[in-house]
Amino acid sequence: MQRATMDLWVGLFVLAGIGALLFLALKVGNMGTYSSADGYTLVGNFENIGGLKVRAPVKSAGVVVGRVTDIQLNTKTFDAAVTMNIDTRYQFPKDTFASILTSGLLGEQYIGLAAGGDDALLKNGDKIMKTNSALVLEEMIGRFLFDKASENKDEKNGKDDKD
Amino acid sequence: MASEILVEVKDLNFSYGERPLLRGINMTMHRGKVIAIMGGSGSGKTTLLRLIGGAIVPTSGHVKVAGKIVHKLKRDELFQLRRKMSMLFQFGALFTDLSVFDNVAFQIREHTDLPESMIRDLVLMKLQAVGLRGAHDLMPAQLSGGMARRVALARSIALDPLLIMYDEPFTGLDPISLTVIGNLIRRLTDALGMTSIVVTHDVQESLKIVDYVYFISDGVIAAHGTPDEVRESVAPFVHQFVHGEEDGPVTFHYPAKAYASDLKLETGLA
Amino acid sequence: MPRRIAIGIRGIGHRVIDSTWRLGYASRFFLLILLKSGTSLRRFGLVIRELYFTGVLSLIIIIVSGLFVGMVLGLQGYETLQRFGAESAVGTMVALSLVRELGPVVAALLFASRAGSAITAEIGLMKATEQLAAMEMMAVDPIARVVAPRFWAGVISMPFLAAMFSVVGVFGGYLVAVVLIGVDDGSFWSQMQNAVDFRYDIVNGIIKTCVFGVAVTAVAVFEGYDASPTAEGVSGATTRTVVTSSLVILGLDFVLTSFMFRGMS
Repeated sequence: MQRATMDLWVGLFVLAGIGALLFLALKVGNMGTYSSADGYTLVGNFENIGGLKVRAPVKSAGVVVGRVTDIQLNTKTFDAAVTMNIDTRYQFPKDTFASILTSGLLGEQYIGLAAGGDDALLKNGDKIMKTNSALVLEEMIGRFLFDKASENKDEKNGKDDKD
Repeated sequence: MASEILVEVKDLNFSYGERPLLRGINMTMHRGKVIAIMGGSGSGKTTLLRLIGGAIVPTSGHVKVAGKIVHKLKRDELFQLRRKMSMLFQFGALFTDLSVFDNVAFQIREHTDLPESMIRDLVLMKLQAVGLRGAHDLMPAQLSGGMARRVALARSIALDPLLIMYDEPFTGLDPISLTVIGNLIRRLTDALGMTSIVVTHDVQESLKIVDYVYFISDGVIAAHGTPDEVRESVAPFVHQFVHGEEDGPVTFHYPAKAYASDLKLETGLA
Repeated sequence: MPRRIAIGIRGIGHRVIDSTWRLGYASRFFLLILLKSGTSLRRFGLVIRELYFTGVLSLIIIIVSGLFVGMVLGLQGYETLQRFGAESAVGTMVALSLVRELGPVVAALLFASRAGSAITAEIGLMKATEQLAAMEMMAVDPIARVVAPRFWAGVISMPFLAAMFSVVGVFGGYLVAVVLIGVDDGSFWSQMQNAVDFRYDIVNGIIKTCVFGVAVTAVAVFEGYDASPTAEGVSGATTRTVVTSSLVILGLDFVLTSFMFRGMS
């Protein structure tokens, strides 16, 4: 095996390997679609974050505009402080609603931003004032049962009144 | 005319675990001489070579090469010393992935910064000395046993060493190759002024070319002398060895019970 | 009877002590390789030559296996996912399985069988034919000249081979799912890109690969150097390389996975 041919093959091998790695990074993974370098930070407080996890997407109108970077418990107010990194291309007005939504029926949870009509925009480090917590299944069931029970009671009272 | 002592072995003892292999070995080898170390298989000849080369450490006693005690040398000094020593292994031990040329050039390339043109000249000269200059492009797999050993010899003299040790150089060779190797050993030793230690049990070939012989039996030096002294020796072991006798101090029968009792004849049981 | 038990227990103790001693010896050997890697750096041609024999020559088996594994993943994935109406997620499934687990692990196992055993056999044979001893007598350190370049070649080629395995696997899955079965082309890739995170999945996969590369090559090189200089010695060493490497890979995979993917719950 001549030295020159061997070098050629090894060079091709290394190039192919690097190509494979790049392909994996850009085409298979999501590195090409989002980079956290040019983004700004927003914070939101939620009563209950449900199953929200760090690195969950932040979407507006279904388009991914950022990622959740940190979730902490605020020990003074005892609600969850969620920090998000938003792409600088997207600016939101100050009265934006941040809600915790679920993708699909049982999918992963994400933050949905619904823009308001305010002229002033949220800046880096600003807090989103209007938040909707996640829907917790047990609470919903509890509320449903409670509503059902009070409905029945009203009916019964109504019947009693009629008599 | 006393020539300089190159290798001195003094009160050397070596044990493998608890088994003593060599006991109280004393040898002196002078520059420019071919010395043979003979003995039966497993008598410790190869171990002796490895002790001289510093591959293993003696249990007691020492080996001095060019005035330096081998096993006391530090790593770098040992490597320096090894550049002046060469060893020819039993079947050549050529590097199978390198050509004949690259094998001979190996040491030169590793230890010197000589330009390729000079290396080419040197390698071809060494190959010419052993008669294989035309084979420089072949791979070791394409060589016969005798040719491989000659290439290994060329490789050993690449850096003009002071001392070459040959581990059974005559084993398994045809009569022509035997003579060739024997003559090469003698010629190169004289031409390069170096010392050759030949470990062998080929009596006829070696007695033709060596200056001095040491006999090792049972871990000690049974006899030593010039080839003529050895041929005329009456010491039982030497006599048996040199004349190739079937029975003597080295018995024909491996130790066993009495023959009759093994065949169960005496007790009458069939 | 108790005597036999005593002998049996003594045998176990003997073997445990032997293995521990061998492990210590192997670790010291590993350190020696690292210390003597200077020659590999200065004479990089040696490493390149070994890269050819370990990396380039392993390409065929890696690519063919990767293709088949990817295709099987596509088939099995589709078959299971379509029960939940989630066939469009087959891209995600194939990619995640490959990048996180199958790429690093299977590529490492194949590498151990092909390149690892070749390295062991080569070094073992050099030991058996006294080439290593000859080198030492010529004041050339066999660890620096023979062992270290092969070690670094193995460590360098493993990540590339595993990456190629994963890529070819994804294409295999694509072939089966999109071309053969008819899953939507766009959703195959977009769902995959959404689900596979660069830092989390791909980088972790690469880290695993590097760890496996070091482990497999270290085992291969050690078994070769430590082999008995006989025909049976070399063949035994080659077998041990494949077996030990495989066990080490699977064990390390568990350890690494539990560290890396803990945050999933």
